[in-house]
Amino acid sequence: MSRPDAYIGKPIERLEDLRFLRGRGQYVDDLECAGALHAVVVRSAVAHGRIRSIDTAAARTLPGVHAVFTATDLGAKVPVIPVRSESQPSLDQAVQPVLAHGKVRYVGEPVAFVVAETAALAEDAADAVTVDIDPLRAVIDRAGAEAGDVLLFEHSATNTAGRFTGVRGDAAKAFAAAPYVRRERFRVQRYAPVPLETRGLLARWDAHAERLTLAGAAKVPFWVRSVLAAMMALPEQCVDVIETDIGGGFGARGEFFPEDFLVAFAARRLGRPVKWIEDRREHFLSTAHAREVDCELEIACRRDGVILALRGQAWTNAGAYIRPNVASAPRNIAQMGAGPYRIADLHMEVSVLLSNKTPTGSYRGPGRFEIDFCRERLIDLACADLGLDRAEMRRRNLLTDAEMPHALPIVLPHGKGGELDSGDYRVTFDRCLAEIRWDEKASLQGRLIDGRYHGLAIGCYVEGGAIGPRENARLVLDSEGMVTVYVGTSALGQGQETVFAQIAADALGIPIEHVKDVFHGSTTCVEEGFGSFGSRASVMGGCAIAAAAEKLKDSIREAAAARFGCPVSAIEIIEGMRAVRAGELQLPLHELAGRELAAEGTFAAEKRTYSYGAHAAHVAVDPRTGQVEVLEYVAVEDVGRILNPSTLHGQALGAIVQGLGGSLLEELIYDEHGQLLTASLASYLLPSMDDYPDIRAVALELYPSPLNPLGAKGGGEGGIIPVGGVIANAVACALGDLGVQPFELPLSPPRVWQLIEDARGSRRQAQRTAR
Amino acid sequence: MRTTLHVNGKLVEVDVEPRLTLADCLRHELRLTGTHVGCEHGVCGACTIIVDGQAVRSCLVLAVQADGASIQTVEGLAGGDALGPLQTAFRRHHGLQCGFCTPGMLMTAHALLQAEPEASEARIREVLSGNLCRCTGYVGIVKALLDARSAYARPHTREAR
Repeated sequence: MSRPDAYIGKPIERLEDLRFLRGRGQYVDDLECAGALHAVVVRSAVAHGRIRSIDTAAARTLPGVHAVFTATDLGAKVPVIPVRSESQPSLDQAVQPVLAHGKVRYVGEPVAFVVAETAALAEDAADAVTVDIDPLRAVIDRAGAEAGDVLLFEHSATNTAGRFTGVRGDAAKAFAAAPYVRRERFRVQRYAPVPLETRGLLARWDAHAERLTLAGAAKVPFWVRSVLAAMMALPEQCVDVIETDIGGGFGARGEFFPEDFLVAFAARRLGRPVKWIEDRREHFLSTAHAREVDCELEIACRRDGVILALRGQAWTNAGAYIRPNVASAPRNIAQMGAGPYRIADLHMEVSVLLSNKTPTGSYRGPGRFEIDFCRERLIDLACADLGLDRAEMRRRNLLTDAEMPHALPIVLPHGKGGELDSGDYRVTFDRCLAEIRWDEKASLQGRLIDGRYHGLAIGCYVEGGAIGPRENARLVLDSEGMVTVYVGTSALGQGQETVFAQIAADALGIPIEHVKDVFHGSTTCVEEGFGSFGSRASVMGGCAIAAAAEKLKDSIREAAAARFGCPVSAIEIIEGMRAVRAGELQLPLHELAGRELAAEGTFAAEKRTYSYGAHAAHVAVDPRTGQVEVLEYVAVEDVGRILNPSTLHGQALGAIVQGLGGSLLEELIYDEHGQLLTASLASYLLPSMDDYPDIRAVALELYPSPLNPLGAKGGGEGGIIPVGGVIANAVACALGDLGVQPFELPLSPPRVWQLIEDARGSRRQAQRTAR
Repeated sequence: MRTTLHVNGKLVEVDVEPRLTLADCLRHELRLTGTHVGCEHGVCGACTIIVDGQAVRSCLVLAVQADGASIQTVEGLAGGDALGPLQTAFRRHHGLQCGFCTPGMLMTAHALLQAEPEASEARIREVLSGNLCRCTGYVGIVKALLDARSAYARPHTREAR
């Protein structure tokens, strides 16, 4: 009785577009709330220092001001924001208080919280708060952090907050016996996701019911609820965390930030709704940064290009505090060095360093982007040393179908491993070579054409997805025969409502128009939800919905059997779930129930899915300006099963352009005092529509994941992971004759120009010495 | 200050502080929240609206400066509940994900295609380079504009075809 899929796999136009295109989205600042007060955060202007005093007297007397809170107003113990995943005791020692007390540790750290009748009055009052800080020397980079003469936390003897080590086989032994080794130092700059909508929150306190509602949550609302309830000494069931429409997340938005507590606290204390909307400068200073890492990576190969081992060390610059998911990047750097390649022995040690910069968090492809850049650069360098073809060497080392599942390195201290689930990594690679016309373009490599040097590169990746532990969904069939979906994952703009409607419609065998609505994320949707991160939402939420659909059909059959007085096995659901039948007896569904029928479903996963693919680029570099133009960029991925080709394509293209921004344009630059010099969109350059016109993405569904009934794999991050390595290798290829080898991102015009100048300088020096 | 605006064909009068931006006036005084605010310094383009026929960043204009002006926002882009041709093209070509930049994109695009219904891809990319999108990589947006051009074609150009 099951029908073939009518919707899964089709480019169904998005349901959410109907409101977004008409200006009817409901983002948090769009929520109407009578009587709401407005809050503004007073932030530290000093990167590192001891707070002498915070004078709020003048601010409190201004018209319309209801309160100015500092840490002393929060009770004997100022709440701290816990680590969400993969914590270690030493990481827990460096968590952030919701308001600074004693010391400030980064520019932008909240020191006071002003609440007034309007946002403008609150801003006026914030200006009237005087914060007197005795400055200390700021720790900016790895050298400063490791020197240890200036400590962020005096109770600790070090600025190293934690360590993750990836281990497989015996790297030391492999290196000792290897015929070829090369070690290089790499650096990825600090940059950030920069969603177009800044963060914002609206809290309401119902004193009568002792109930708190916080709107504006994203990504992990259920986790935010549990932290908030604990901080406010409320039972979890007295806190509702509501997900509104979200203007992009990419990993940063939705973790627990100080304001999540402050807005809720103020609403409860003042007995009025309180709204806070971050401005763009605040966003750059306070929402999580990402990526910054120094890495030393070493490769061991046979002379025929077979990779034997990888080892190295990395130092991530975590910023001033360990925020909830600071661990994903160092953890992935420790584990994922081998990427899609067959590398038997690996040892990678990653230190998490504290500095007086904005605390970091996750950004699409956390750690994977960084380590992919280092590894792919090193492979090209090894090819040059060994006289091997870059494509052939990669192909020789890519994992094949016969080697699946393939165990991943264990990550210490937690000892977790995992395995690559399915795929033949040569297939996407070969397709990518064909798409970019690699052989045809080979003659362009390093050539000077009309004043620009041309370069070509290809790189590979794997993308972990569908992270557990589980997800929950609830389906409700109403008396009209319409189905409403509730699910614990969050929507951040990916098109979840559409994809979930497709899955529900196919699982139930109903027209998609009979899916009345899809509600997601909020703690009011299901008992327990886990949210959207690690490319998990479509697979985990989708499989939970499919499971709920089976249970809903069971409930229908049971109700019909009771009504007809026949066994459940005799019941057939027919006509797109419009009616039930048992032999001659038939009944429209709405007459069967006469009320709602609901069912819940759960999908649990212990292992992650791994999508994989290859990207290739053709660039032209102008040696006079250092400008890199991306003439063509192609991505090929295998995601196991494509749920909606249109939304998947959108994920790939969007991620590629974010990766190009991170590889060529974006950088959060600090001065030696810890002042952020790029805290506006005028000084922080994001990709615009005329930067990268020629990008393409091809999605395949060759090797379904064996880990879930849909066969699907996470697909939101693959587009960004290999971009840094591909672009840097393409630039190195273009400028090979000049002797330029980039080891650091971004390859902005000034950096590329400087690399060219330096290379020319050392050539001249060498020529002089030779004479 | 009392200020008169013609918004989406309706005459409205508001009493605003001189420092209130036109974006905040539309959003919070008139409850037209389709116009979004992404940076408040004129770079991201999310707040773009059409003022007297020109695409304008409403975060860089004070409401009082717009006194007497004719304003079109995303809410006035199509009549009733139907999508207009530009909106339909955005949907067909997956020209949006989170939807936050979308109203500004639509209004900039509408102003461009009204003035230049035959704008080339290069021209479209040039003019819309002042509107940032973090989700789509812009590919679908460009396709949507190229597709929607025919709906803006002037009668004589239609005949020429």
